[in-house]
Amino acid sequence: MNKLTRRDFIKFSGSLGAYSACAGLVSSLSACASKEKKLARVVIIGGGFGGASCAKYLHRFAPDVDITLIERDKQYITCPFSNMVLGGIRDMASITHGYNKLASSYAINIMHDAVTAIDPVAKTVTTAGSGSVQYDRLVVSPGIGFRWDQIEGYDATISQRVAHAWKAGPQTALLRKQLMAMDDGGTVIVAPPANPFRCPPGPYERVSMMAHYLTHNKPKSKILILDAKDKFSKQPLFMQGWDALYPGMIEWVKGTAGGIVSGIDVKTNELVNELGDRFKGDVINLIPPQKAGVLAHIAGLVDKTGWCPVNQRTFESKIHQHVHVIGDACIAGKMPKSGFAANSQGKVCAAAIAASLGGYDMPDPSYVNTCYSLVAPDYGISVAAVYKVSNETIVKVEGSGGVSPKDADAIFRQQEAVYGAGWYDSITSDMFT
Amino acid sequence: MKSIQQFFLTVIVLACTLTSSLLNAAEVTRGAMLANSCAACHGTDGKSPGSIPAIYGKPASYLAKALMDFRDGKRPSTVMGRHAKAYSDEEIKLIADFFTR
Repeated sequence: MNKLTRRDFIKFSGSLGAYSACAGLVSSLSACASKEKKLARVVIIGGGFGGASCAKYLHRFAPDVDITLIERDKQYITCPFSNMVLGGIRDMASITHGYNKLASSYAINIMHDAVTAIDPVAKTVTTAGSGSVQYDRLVVSPGIGFRWDQIEGYDATISQRVAHAWKAGPQTALLRKQLMAMDDGGTVIVAPPANPFRCPPGPYERVSMMAHYLTHNKPKSKILILDAKDKFSKQPLFMQGWDALYPGMIEWVKGTAGGIVSGIDVKTNELVNELGDRFKGDVINLIPPQKAGVLAHIAGLVDKTGWCPVNQRTFESKIHQHVHVIGDACIAGKMPKSGFAANSQGKVCAAAIAASLGGYDMPDPSYVNTCYSLVAPDYGISVAAVYKVSNETIVKVEGSGGVSPKDADAIFRQQEAVYGAGWYDSITSDMFT
Repeated sequence: MKSIQQFFLTVIVLACTLTSSLLNAAEVTRGAMLANSCAACHGTDGKSPGSIPAIYGKPASYLAKALMDFRDGKRPSTVMGRHAKAYSDEEIKLIADFFTR
């Protein structure tokens, strides 16, 4: 440095090489300037609770990062509150959201396209419509896929007639239509899968919302739950509500009592359990066992469990460097697979990426989950917890969380129903506006 | 001569490299990390659009006392007691300061 004098510089400038050096200087500076404008590119695949939240919060944490959100669909229909559509107390429009504000308010490039390949070495994402996109960091939030092979006779094609309705949209509409077409006195069968699966209290809220509809429209009908499990989320609270509000309508068969469904006979509308017993339903809602979304499998991000192992502090894949997996698809310690959890993970992942690109240590992560369920339109229950990382695993903060009290009065249940709707308004605005 | 030219290019390259590793943004704080979790129910920055109380811009002393009272069972709640039990006094102060900004 001290060797460079003014005279040296003049000599240098006056030299034969000056022109080319200056040209090089100018192009280097302009390259530098454009780099300053957009310092790094982060591509996020999947615009659900995980991906949309991650995109928005990454922009808030690091406004100069070039963020591209790749999402196949132009509109997002939430699984949360789709049970209320089944129960007839919400319409589909009220759970449908768009991406315009993420683009206009947070400068996020929205690409509506289908991802066909991820190359973690070349750091590229290939889409069906736009060729390949380069990334510095990739976030994959692909949601769930189904293990069709676990239920004999069931697959994606059959699900057009016998709904799983575990991804909201046309499946929700199909199940609603079948419920409305059923005669009074009919039997609805709901078959929830084994753990782990998306939204642990979801099947039981669904049963509640179906029971609400049937009680008011087809009161002689029954709901049979063929459950792969021996216990379920918020079970005492759900059962207390069912006894009070829908006495005699709902029967629950646990896994060890013959509830594990292993096949379907579409010709006779029967579900078959592991023992060979057959159960006939007028409407069947068969929710298959689950795994990480198909994209996680294409990208080689899953382990032998079918889910994605990640560093639970940063959500960086344990398989591919600079690729993060969030939401239902990832293995996140004690956190459930829920929209709320995905939103929380999206923010922590955004902080981890901002810190990594910014060259500083991220703060200790903190995560939250709260799941509200409606037992009736004015009867809500909840489960909540705050999480932290301990020994590289996400664990509950000791002493925090838990479920609504069993002895709560009607006003408490009503308040939780109101707050459940408030949660929906807040989290969807936190994701999309 | 050639070495001076190389020196300049090195300076430029170094400047670019250094700039590209530093984002023009403040670091994400522990307070933001804790408080952003609240947004899922209370709205982004505490600006709730629905039935859950907004907490944006409330005085830090009010928010801190409310959280401590929820935690210690001095103030009745549906779910806030279950959340607040997760946080130390220090963490509660960080959360309260975040929403006061």
